[in-house]
Amino acid sequence: MSHARTARRVLAATLSVGALLVTAACSSGTTTPSAGGSASASGTDWTKKGPITYAQGKDTSGNLKGEIDEWNAANPNEMVTFRELPDSADEQRAQMIQRGQAKSGEFTVMSVDVVWTAEFAANGWLEELPADKFPTTGYLKAAVDSATYFNKLYAYPSSSDGAFLYYRKDLLDDAGVMAAPTTWDEMKAACDKVLAKNKSMSCYAGQHQKYEGLTCNIAEAVNSAGGAFLTPDGKPAVNTDAAIAGVQWMVDAFKTGLIPKEAITWKEEESRTAFQTGKIVFLRNWPYVYNIASKDAKFKDKFAMAPLPGKTGPGVSTLGGHSFGISKFADNKGTALAFVTWMNTKENQIRRLTTASNAPVLEELYDDAALQAKFPYLKVLGDSIRAAAPRPKAVKYGDVTLAIQDATYAALQGQKDAKTAFTELQTKLEALTQG
Amino acid sequence: MAAASSAVTEKRKKNPLSDGQGTLAALLISPTMAVILFVVGIPILMSLRESVFRKDTAIDPNTGLIPEGETFVGLGNFTAIFTNPQLVPGVWGTQDRLVNAFWNTTFFTVVCVIAETILGVAMALIMAKAFKGKGLVRAAILVPWAIPTIVSARMWGLIFDGEGVMNRIVGQQILWLADGPQSQWAIIISDVWKTAPFIGLLTLAGLQTIPGEVYEAAKVDGANAWQQFTRITLPMVKPALVVAVLFRTLDTMRMFDLPMGMIGQGKYSVETISMFAYIENNALRYGAAAAYSLLLFLYIVFIAFLFVKFLGADVVGDDELKAIAEQRKRQKAAAKAAGTTPALAKSTVTSGSSSS
Repeated sequence: MSHARTARRVLAATLSVGALLVTAACSSGTTTPSAGGSASASGTDWTKKGPITYAQGKDTSGNLKGEIDEWNAANPNEMVTFRELPDSADEQRAQMIQRGQAKSGEFTVMSVDVVWTAEFAANGWLEELPADKFPTTGYLKAAVDSATYFNKLYAYPSSSDGAFLYYRKDLLDDAGVMAAPTTWDEMKAACDKVLAKNKSMSCYAGQHQKYEGLTCNIAEAVNSAGGAFLTPDGKPAVNTDAAIAGVQWMVDAFKTGLIPKEAITWKEEESRTAFQTGKIVFLRNWPYVYNIASKDAKFKDKFAMAPLPGKTGPGVSTLGGHSFGISKFADNKGTALAFVTWMNTKENQIRRLTTASNAPVLEELYDDAALQAKFPYLKVLGDSIRAAAPRPKAVKYGDVTLAIQDATYAALQGQKDAKTAFTELQTKLEALTQG
Repeated sequence: MAAASSAVTEKRKKNPLSDGQGTLAALLISPTMAVILFVVGIPILMSLRESVFRKDTAIDPNTGLIPEGETFVGLGNFTAIFTNPQLVPGVWGTQDRLVNAFWNTTFFTVVCVIAETILGVAMALIMAKAFKGKGLVRAAILVPWAIPTIVSARMWGLIFDGEGVMNRIVGQQILWLADGPQSQWAIIISDVWKTAPFIGLLTLAGLQTIPGEVYEAAKVDGANAWQQFTRITLPMVKPALVVAVLFRTLDTMRMFDLPMGMIGQGKYSVETISMFAYIENNALRYGAAAAYSLLLFLYIVFIAFLFVKFLGADVVGDDELKAIAEQRKRQKAAAKAAGTTPALAKSTVTSGSSSS
């Protein structure tokens, strides 16, 4: 493994040396700031046209290929080549970082996860996007906010994401619970009624394995209890009473068996399977579950979805989604601009919703009656995303999310109590966000 | 080689194996050496350089950008475990993340290699027996080793799932894929399953070189099965076995894909040094990543040295070399006594004899 890694480092180093020689941009001085990071938007040429490359994770629905073919047929002189990256988000990030480190413009446009924006922007790998060329009016505010760093737009939102509470409508009806719960207490009360008849089931589960999903889930618990990971000016605030109350809810849920014990090893698919095979009554998950569960003939009439419940009222989902980032080192940014704008037209957003079930970033689409009729979950999704809270925006996001997972996992496994774990987390986050 | 031997008798060479074609040999292997230098030597030197630097991470308070560059920190990346320990809760208590990874690596290596050796030798003994269906058994035993590690990691991940086969067998709900001692045992079980056949295969090769007469003689002398195993099989299979164990030890010390693919990252009970270096590299801390990789490199070199020194692992097959050197010494002494020029011993091998 270490050979593969060093080889990759050599490749990156070779490329960067090559780039340095070609551009003669700066000396390779060890402590002097180089031109790469500081050549701000002033020199960007947004008119140059020509072939470009678009890098994104696996095109599982096959929709993207169709879109790019259509673009290429209409713009033969500005061909877009699709570079398909691996399925795993970590691998995609690694590939993009390699290009950034090597100052390579190989990926002209790349699909950037909302939580990577700060890291990529701070390292000077993404082009700053001028507001006149990349209008964001009518876009979901949270999606635009997640693509913004230091009050500048560094990526153009392309899709959004929010979580739902899936529930077993058949069992709730059977137990005489008529409406989906909006608070944690209501959910527990509903479970008590349902579980009285279904002894082998558990009440609720989300994604509690130690990975990015845990960060999303604990952020929802904290936000739904009225807390927040960061204050509006970006200071960590995880040791507040409200935040700890959110964590405490999840810890207690594990202790009392509201969440089954084995859920500590569940990711998205494990929790979906548990829901679909009748192990849990309530499931927190992303919209993709609808597509799978509604294709299961035996199961499709048994479930429904609602916004997440909270401590005293409706809960707050964690915001997901991707944006188009344009590489600072790439050529033909005029074509990149045109391609990104075209990809985000209303028609294309509707197409992505229809064929790839990507949640659109244009707010009006969520209120479109025709679309709502076609996608029963669209209204709930719109409500979920509009109320959604982004994960902490941090340059060292990888360290931040691991620190959050460390604290949460220790609390859930009972190694530390919620208060101690999150007081320690506060100290860690303060150090990490100082830079 | 007989023709060459008379011509070189007068020349005194340091290497008794040399047959006077050293220059040609050097010329012939030089392209290979150049490639090795390029793909192994240069990266090691670059890692050395990288390990004494640290990437700047200070954020410009006005633009939010990180000015590029790195700072020379000397041995700072190596001493950070003392000056700025990153405490994590592992199975061995709360300690620095690198120290925790070091103990995990060592624990996995010791336990896995011991278990694999015992199982591997047992497998070899079974495979060496002549019985019906021997070919089938040999093939079946080798299957785990032929499966790519990442595939077996995912496969064992399913087995160790909360609802998986393993919990059905043990009849309890053990959360193997969480983070704790049970996760370590999940790793150990799947690693032993996967690589015991490797030791079995190499040991089998060693077993087949033991002549049957030795056992017949032992039987005549009244040795029982255990005595035959400890007095004949083990000593005679030792050269092959030690090399197999050495390879497994070095391989287990850089274990990466099994814990990464099965348990995941950020799980301190199974985090090895390789994983930690990879994670640091992913977090753009190349200096620290290079430093930890070098530490692992040195640790592996040290263990390999111990093997060669104390267990006499014969990796390059220099038995003959040693024998010839001994013989030369004796001949020289004899010639000195007789007052004549010694006829030095020569190699009888034409190609390098690799061990077992």
